[in-house]
Amino acid sequence: MTSAPINRIIPHSLVDGPGNRTAIFLQGCNLRCLYCHNPETQQLCRHCGLCVPECPAGALRMVGEQVVWDEARCAGCDTCISLCPHSSSPKVKYMTAAEVFAAVEGNIPFIRGLTVSGGECTLYPGFLTELFRLAQAQGLSCLLDTNGMVELAQFPALMDVCDGVMLDVKAWDVEVHSALTGSGNEPVKRNLRFLAEAGKIAELRVVCLPGEVDAEAVIQGIKDTIGSQVSRIRLKLIKFRKYGVRGRLAESESPAEEYMQALKAQAEALGFQDVVIR
Amino acid sequence: MGVLEIIKSQSLTYEQKVNLLAQAAENTVQVLNVPERTRQYFAQKVIDDLGEGAAPYRPRYILPDYKRFLENGSEFLQLNPPQDLDEALNALLILYRHVPSITTFPVYLGSLDELIEPYTEGVSDEELKKKLRLFLTYIDRTITDSFCHANLGPRETRTGRIILELERELQHAVPNLTLIYDPEVTSDDFLQEALYTSLFCANPAICNHVVNRGTYSVGYGVASCYNVLPLGGGGFTLSRVILARAARLATSIDDFFERVLPDVLTAMAEYMNERIRFIVEESGFFASSFLVNEGLIHSDRFVGMFGFVGLAEATNILLEGTGKRYGHDPEADDLAERIMMALDEFVDKFPALYSPLTGGRFMLHAQVGLSDDVGITPGVRIPVGEEPENLADQLRHAARFQRLITTGCSDIYPMETTARNNPQAMVDIVKGAVDLGVRYLAFYEENSDLVRITGYLVKRSEMEKYRNEQAVLQNTTRFGVDAFAVNKGAERKVRGV
Repeated sequence: MTSAPINRIIPHSLVDGPGNRTAIFLQGCNLRCLYCHNPETQQLCRHCGLCVPECPAGALRMVGEQVVWDEARCAGCDTCISLCPHSSSPKVKYMTAAEVFAAVEGNIPFIRGLTVSGGECTLYPGFLTELFRLAQAQGLSCLLDTNGMVELAQFPALMDVCDGVMLDVKAWDVEVHSALTGSGNEPVKRNLRFLAEAGKIAELRVVCLPGEVDAEAVIQGIKDTIGSQVSRIRLKLIKFRKYGVRGRLAESESPAEEYMQALKAQAEALGFQDVVIR
Repeated sequence: MGVLEIIKSQSLTYEQKVNLLAQAAENTVQVLNVPERTRQYFAQKVIDDLGEGAAPYRPRYILPDYKRFLENGSEFLQLNPPQDLDEALNALLILYRHVPSITTFPVYLGSLDELIEPYTEGVSDEELKKKLRLFLTYIDRTITDSFCHANLGPRETRTGRIILELERELQHAVPNLTLIYDPEVTSDDFLQEALYTSLFCANPAICNHVVNRGTYSVGYGVASCYNVLPLGGGGFTLSRVILARAARLATSIDDFFERVLPDVLTAMAEYMNERIRFIVEESGFFASSFLVNEGLIHSDRFVGMFGFVGLAEATNILLEGTGKRYGHDPEADDLAERIMMALDEFVDKFPALYSPLTGGRFMLHAQVGLSDDVGITPGVRIPVGEEPENLADQLRHAARFQRLITTGCSDIYPMETTARNNPQAMVDIVKGAVDLGVRYLAFYEENSDLVRITGYLVKRSEMEKYRNEQAVLQNTTRFGVDAFAVNKGAERKVRGV
């Protein structure tokens, strides 16, 4: 079975898709978004050991060349995360799909499904396929939360067991996307088209921050790409919030409610029928 | 409180003074035959009667057959059967004024949606909403005690939906509301609307109809602090054993089961019979009340509620030194289950007076505490601060320990504000819980002004007024101030992400 680096499992999440779901966060991301609110999930641990002597609970130690985390001792203070110069965390566990599912299973019958997020979960398609097969066999719905940078058309087996994808469309203009995330966005646009045709879009999301994100162009671009399908898909317009953000945007303010309402009005004029602001 | 103290108080309303003076008067007579051994248990606070009073002159809780009342009118109240919505609402408000209880206010208002729905034909949504707003406001301002309880469901009706809308708007502490939830009958949509509403005003709570419907042959209502009681009857009396203090009297686990518990339970059961005997044989209540004469209640539909608190602490005390904790260690939970079985076995064998509906048995009740119960957790709940990290574990635990409690138990779950954005998640949690046999659940939003104290609702803003020694409308605010602190209500584990 395939293992993947697990940052965190939240047994009951009210904010990762419809209904009560277990949310699984994988470690490692292929983007470096300026507004990332959990930057400690971006990279895998390099075992540099900088965090080890700083842990107030003594829950970190070097074993050979590896940083080892003692979960039982950990006080959850996150000192290690705040010190890490590599946007990583020593508190990541490699788990197989079966091990992760064992942690999910205890939440049945209180959950309707699971959502895998990150980091960027689609970096681990084999793991996801195995996990979703186990979950679907128990009647759970399986959602992916992705930045769309990995072409999902390459993984038909995963798509077979995936009930829906919550896709971030972070920017439309390639220059804007590049400035915001460090990469162009051609794969995102191809995923948008592919997933729409496959009927697999559970939700589209745009984090809104005027001056950094061309949200108006994103909304128009989605409409131009998927046409009348916009009427059936939830569009979530997310206000930028500075919590957890590091770097240049760490002190930026959230956009005004009027701005969010104007975006909502624009989307509704284009035919979106389910637009929410968060 | 002494009589003169009551009279001179500036933090009591006139109505509250009258009720306290009545209580003081009742307590000047000694009519109950209470053996020395029982008095000793009272003095040690191992058992108590929740201050029911020395000479009971009405059953503790009364659940009139409001449907019959609306069908027949009332000769005593000089009311014809109502013919339209106005008459129905007016008739109900009149009858509520005449339903006695331990609090002197009605503790059960009926299944409001089912009672009112037949009178709504041809009434527009707008008109119905206005009339129900007035009806609910009258109740909130005149029944000034939030042990008052109304039911909704299980069927979805227009009246039910409008009541939920109004609850969100009105933010009333009275009545306490319960949705009787039957997965076969209640639509997911209506359940979701109810749960969404509870995130704005802590009402309604959810009663699992599947596990409660078989309790009595005559049907049931949820009254006062979520007591499951027979329709057209009610509860004679409620005494309780404080299991934590009983455990302190034992020298060992065996001593607890073999000597202490049987003796304490027998003393309490005999005491309850003595109260019931006085109500039925001497008080004259059943011989004179128009509720009986008009068939709205029946003396053979009342039950004795056999209450207990502090299963958690009793278990932990009996396991002192082992480090095992109730709600966390299988060994502790197994011992707790043994205590539950012992309680169940006791009430199954002990003959309860005047209780034909239950085959002459008392009914177990998970009592939720008084404001002086420091360090004692309501019923079978896991102590605040020790709730399992995963909500699923807490709900599974509730399902296991609520199983034998026939006449009322609950747990309370404060939710993060974000839950309002995803009420479907609440539906999932409730369906899972109901599936596992959880009997009753209550939710409120973490920052809500209306909070559930133990079973009843109080406004934080009103408690603040009372703390500043101002008179407040609701009687229960007085109880809430101490009980919320003692129960560490503000420290309950908030659920959600």
